[in-house]
Amino acid sequence: MISRRLSLLAPLFVAILMAGPGQALERGIVVASTTSTQDSGLFDHLLPIFTARTGIEVRVVARGTGQAIKLAQNGDADVLFVHDTASEEKFVAEGYGVRRFPVMYNDFIIVGPKADPAQIAGLKDSVAALQSIAAAKAPFASRGDDSGTHKAEQRLWNAAGIDAKAASGTWYRETGSGMGQTLNLAVGMGAYALSDRATWLAFKNKGDFAILAEGDRRLFNQYGVILVNPERFAHVKAADGQAFVDWLISPEGQRAIDDFNVEGQQVFFGNYKSDPS
Amino acid sequence: MHDIAAAFATSFGLILTLDQGLVEIVLRSLQVSLLAVGAAAIVGLPLGAAVALLRFPGRRAVAILLSSLMGLPPVVVGLIVYLLLSRAGPLGVLGLLFTPSAMVAAQFVLVTPIVAALARQVVEDLWAEYEEQLRSLGAGPRRAIATLLWDGRFSLMTALLAGFGRASAEVGAVMIVGGNIDHVTRVMTTAIALETSKGDLALALGLGLILIALSLLVNGAAFVVRDLARSGA
Amino acid sequence: MTIAPASILPLRLDGVCYDAGGKRLVDGVSLAFAAGPRTLILGPNGAGKSLLLRLAHGLLAPTAGLVLWQGPDARNAGRHQAMVFQRPVMLRRSAAANIDYALRLRGVPRDSRRPRVEEALERAGLERFAGTPARALSIGEQQRLALARAWATLPQVLFLDEPTASLDPAATWAVEGIIDAIHRAGTKIVMTTHDLAQARRLADDIVFLNHGRVVEQGTAERFFASPRTPEAAAFIAGTLRW
Repeated sequence: MISRRLSLLAPLFVAILMAGPGQALERGIVVASTTSTQDSGLFDHLLPIFTARTGIEVRVVARGTGQAIKLAQNGDADVLFVHDTASEEKFVAEGYGVRRFPVMYNDFIIVGPKADPAQIAGLKDSVAALQSIAAAKAPFASRGDDSGTHKAEQRLWNAAGIDAKAASGTWYRETGSGMGQTLNLAVGMGAYALSDRATWLAFKNKGDFAILAEGDRRLFNQYGVILVNPERFAHVKAADGQAFVDWLISPEGQRAIDDFNVEGQQVFFGNYKSDPS
Repeated sequence: MHDIAAAFATSFGLILTLDQGLVEIVLRSLQVSLLAVGAAAIVGLPLGAAVALLRFPGRRAVAILLSSLMGLPPVVVGLIVYLLLSRAGPLGVLGLLFTPSAMVAAQFVLVTPIVAALARQVVEDLWAEYEEQLRSLGAGPRRAIATLLWDGRFSLMTALLAGFGRASAEVGAVMIVGGNIDHVTRVMTTAIALETSKGDLALALGLGLILIALSLLVNGAAFVVRDLARSGA
Repeated sequence: MTIAPASILPLRLDGVCYDAGGKRLVDGVSLAFAAGPRTLILGPNGAGKSLLLRLAHGLLAPTAGLVLWQGPDARNAGRHQAMVFQRPVMLRRSAAANIDYALRLRGVPRDSRRPRVEEALERAGLERFAGTPARALSIGEQQRLALARAWATLPQVLFLDEPTASLDPAATWAVEGIIDAIHRAGTKIVMTTHDLAQARRLADDIVFLNHGRVVEQGTAERFFASPRTPEAAAFIAGTLRW
């Protein structure tokens, strides 16, 4: 009687097992990257091209830059693809990474409600824009998650001579989440926010928000890609990981990055060996 | 309001066209959560029954612990499992991080206390009724546990469904140990989180509606199986 | 027929006491149960009848005193006795599976279980309910099934704790019939009741219990004809106060 009942369930289990994804494919690498590259859809564009060319499957784990670096430091990724040059150079210097390749850039923008209570619309000077926001005590949504975007924002506040952190909980609001989540919150609260352009353009819940400040050199955002050091972590798939890095900086990879667009706009610019800073 | 209407339209569209991506994610969600609940049943049911039946020092403490662990925060479980499975952690050599197996492990940790605590209650109530008769018939503890689990099967199914509900609905743990990798570890809840962070609230809610429908389907199927079994017993 | 196994009887209780909640509920009971006659333990509610039965069957351990099986096969006493409770406890499976379960616990091989299950159901008049979930049966049918389950294990001693207390007259009659048949097949019956009429119908020997003590014991005939103690006389007359 019991076995008859189990036999009723058997087809279900078989169906579930057959539906399962292939476990750890041998030719697969894990790339620790940022929410901006995932939320903007860049990887959805790049990876099929790379996989078709090499047969290497790429698994992206998207976190803030700070968390992504931690993952790689624990040996849980083969390649690190983030955007905070100082942290990346430290990562390599401490022996976690083999070598850093500057691979592409995009830029940050300041978005906010069209009503613009701090009157920053059209400002090119991002530091002046932040100063107006602080002076008006207009709400500002910060990532607050140690990501590359968060670090860039902190550098701007420093340049503006404002201790925004001291106002945390009042007009300065740290969300502690990814770019998209922070934009959701900003739109909900009518708060200004610093975002990378790619995520903003791909973002679908813009409400009455618009780009208010852009074009400052200080809003330049460089991405780097690094193979995690196989001498430190023996399990790192060095050959396949390096193949991914090499492809990204190859003419074909750079072209693929340039070809990616959101709403008709190019958002990432391949700049290997043409570092403009 | 517009988003909610769009969400319904989106979810119906996805279901009607049997969207390939959606089917894959739904099946993976089912696979991960059912495997986790299956494993939790194998461990949790006998564990709960043993705590109900056996008299050993610290039994009450174990019962209280099991009940409290029912409320384990998924994020904390995710972190613990991450630290265990990380290459830098004790089980790193297994290379399980960012695979469906890691997600099964995390959900197993999350669900086992629920199954065990509810099983303990069911079996304890049943034992109060059965104890003298089973001892009179000469049943030892192992036989008694097996008998009570079988006789309590319909109530215990509710415990398993509670576990399944918890497993399939949580996002914190699978996000951390699975990584929400497309075609590998993306499940319903992490896909919903991703679409939310992309600001595509209609698609996110549409997926949410499908997740709810899925839960209805699983529970409905369980009740049908139960009624069939009942009328046949 | 197989050769009847060596007997586990007689059973001797020697100064058996049982305390609970700081009260002595069974107080210094010394009794002997020999094979053959049906022994009914009679007494008012709260006299300690059920406790005494559980002590004898081994479900409870005495606070003081000894429960001794003294027959040649005493070391197998556990597998040669059975008990039926006031409220039948049926497993959530079919009537036949309930009996099969008891036989499996006694180590009866699969091949010989089936005929024994059928025979037991037949003797209790339940053969048409073989596949019915046991808990879907009426309470009277469930008690007959409990008797059939006990009988199927071929016990040398069958303890019955107020087996008809929850039943209507017709069901009581049927249950008493089965008890009688079990007795005639050679099983020692030890049964509690507070029902005088039932005791008159079924008893060969009487143990009269009050406040946890054995007040009187002897043959039923003698007990009912000329009780030796005022308590027993009052109980028979229906005027006992407790």
